Amino acid sequence: MHDSIYQHGDDLVITQRTPVSDSVVELTLQRGNGGRLPDWAPGAHIDLILPSGRVRQYSLCGDRWQAHQYRVAVQRDPRGSGGSQEIHDQLRVGDRVRFGGPRNNFRLAPATEYRFIAGGIGITPLLPMIQQAEHLNILWRLLYLGRDQRRMAYRQLASRYSNQVTVHTSGHGHRASVKQWLGTPDPHTLVYACGPEHLLDALPDECAVLPPSQLRLERFSSPLADVPVSRESFDIVLSRSGRRITAKSSDSVVNVLSDAGIDVITSCSRGVCGTCEVGVIEGRVDHRDALLDDDERSRNDCMFPCVSRSLSDSLVLDL
Amino acid sequence: MTSLAASRCPFSGATGAPSSSADGPATHEAPRIASTAAVVDVDPFDEAVLANPHPMHEQLREAGRDLVYLPQYDTYAVARYEVVRETLENWQDFASGAGVGLSNFNREEPWRAPSLLLEADPPRHDAPRAALEKILGPRRLRHYESGWMDTAHRLVDSLLGQGIGSTRELDAVTAISEVYPLQVFPDAVGLTQGGLENLLPYGNFAFNAFGPRNRLVTDEMESIKPVMAWVAQQCPREALSAEGFGADIWARTDHRDLTEEQAPMIVRSLLTAGVDTTVYGISAVLYHLASNPEQYQRLRNDPSLVRRAFEEALRLESPVQTFFRTTTREVSIGGTTLPTDQKVLMFLGAANRDPRRWENPDAFDLDRNPSGHVAFGSGIHQCAGQHVARLEAACILIALLERVEHLEFAAAPERKINNTLLGWASLPLRLHTT
Ligand code: FES
Repeated sequence: MHDSIYQHGDDLVITQRTPVSDSVVELTLQRGNGGRLPDWAPGAHIDLILPSGRVRQYSLCGDRWQAHQYRVAVQRDPRGSGGSQEIHDQLRVGDRVRFGGPRNNFRLAPATEYRFIAGGIGITPLLPMIQQAEHLNILWRLLYLGRDQRRMAYRQLASRYSNQVTVHTSGHGHRASVKQWLGTPDPHTLVYACGPEHLLDALPDECAVLPPSQLRLERFSSPLADVPVSRESFDIVLSRSGRRITAKSSDSVVNVLSDAGIDVITSCSRGVCGTCEVGVIEGRVDHRDALLDDDERSRNDCMFPCVSRSLSDSLVLDL
Repeated sequence: MTSLAASRCPFSGATGAPSSSADGPATHEAPRIASTAAVVDVDPFDEAVLANPHPMHEQLREAGRDLVYLPQYDTYAVARYEVVRETLENWQDFASGAGVGLSNFNREEPWRAPSLLLEADPPRHDAPRAALEKILGPRRLRHYESGWMDTAHRLVDSLLGQGIGSTRELDAVTAISEVYPLQVFPDAVGLTQGGLENLLPYGNFAFNAFGPRNRLVTDEMESIKPVMAWVAQQCPREALSAEGFGADIWARTDHRDLTEEQAPMIVRSLLTAGVDTTVYGISAVLYHLASNPEQYQRLRNDPSLVRRAFEEALRLESPVQTFFRTTTREVSIGGTTLPTDQKVLMFLGAANRDPRRWENPDAFDLDRNPSGHVAFGSGIHQCAGQHVARLEAACILIALLERVEHLEFAAAPERKINNTLLGWASLPLRLHTT
């Protein structure tokens, strides 16, 4: 029996599109039926599967107390491989994208004080962290670095929290001293930084005053970022019986199996709880769950068929 | 939105409270308020109801609305599948931080320091939850699987003897359900100091304490104190072995993912929620298999159905029957607006037998796909130990299936009474071995 409300698809509709700087557009995304989206915590990102099949990761920068929408902010990158340009040039309000996750490699751990360092669009995962620190009444400061004021999104933070936010632009040649800004922090301080490679690479030295476990970095690029998702159908092969079932790329594997008379037990149907895990013997999984980290994904030995599909033409499952 | 002043007590427009009568459900809808909760004058914590809650569940589900009002506790309740699941998942509107029992921590002192998991909301809930999810996740548990399977085989062999073709009578609760989890779980946590006999009374008390201060709670008030002291002694890093769930929790403090104040509290959560629940879950599946011999044969013929058998038993029995939430703001359920800081009682057991969601809901049926039952909850507070429970149940069931040709009741089973848990004090079984 399918339960209509809890067998969610992974389609999102763009319900708002707001420029938040000269080069950054913020998208608000909701389910077509307005339903609840999977829960997330600051530091989480989702995979967006664009109409072209490109898959890109974006940090969630909205408000987790609004359970029915996600927000992401996308910087146009003329030198990138086309994902950001597709979003800027082609995606309009009402268009649909698919999503995976949310996943979180950048969790906000408990601390007595937070120091946030944003380089450019690296501000996005830090926004919900700031909201959360405010909520918990924990001291925080933000160093917001960019090349050019006009390209920096959410600059209003600086006026809203003028005592806590330091904005520094390098447009005129001089670079910011993170070391100076950090000073001598409370020993239980955690530093969270997101930005371009050259910024993050310099931080362990700049933050040497704190032990390495107190510096948390989020890099933009994921090793799995550039796998295009097929729009075609794929085959599911059941290793124990040798049976072969064809799935449309838009079907959930759980539903395809169930239509073929094979019930996988699910609970959340959202890739969150881990109940439906199935072993993968051959084939490349299009992972869309919130459970596996990048290493576990690339091992390719299991999948969560309530949300995940296939990148290869066939997927041999331990069923 | 409906005006709230009137609907907080749905009786405000009525002349008197209805009383229950033997020949019909005591339900009606309060007059004059356009849309309001159905009033059902039942006491879910009455001992006779706790022993057999299903008729009351039906009354709550069929009272005509998604939202029910229980005058005796001045509490709202939900019992239909969809609204229970929605309430479970909607942590933004329905908080756990004010306690998941009847007592409202915003106004009353809890009996112990609140749990960082069960009785906490985001953001405070985030780090403890993330830690436990990984530590108790299916991939980590694989490490324990063969050891737990061996222990299950040893237990079953010791109960049945080596002989073949014999018959054994035993009480499955005291011989299997209360034994097996204690043989594997405390070890996996890393308890080293003995005193394991404290675990069941502790869990039993904690689950009673979610209900009202009735006899089930007050009778144990004194005897629980040394048990609480024992539990507290098991949680520091030095008390735990170098490997295990407890050590894994503490290791997170080295990486600053948890604080040193949080770690012992999270170990305590394992000890509170990790034993009684699995005991009750194993009893549930044994009860339903003994009650349905043809389903037991199906399972014997196809042991790959063990997981489904366990889930189906959890659906029917719902060892954890109820939890409360507390509204964080005005919230509307089924057209009725609840005020802020209002307790809402969720009947998981009623949702799991809601005919709106399940065909032939009272049947134990291995042809059914029990996916989506809410016996483990749903959403951010969904049981963090669910994979532990499943693995324990699968191991002991597989070991039994290998040796037991069929099983039947040797005498009538007896209910155990707890304010929150539904289970068995005694399951006298006759086991015929191969
Ligand atoms: S059902 Fe929860 S992860 Fe698939």
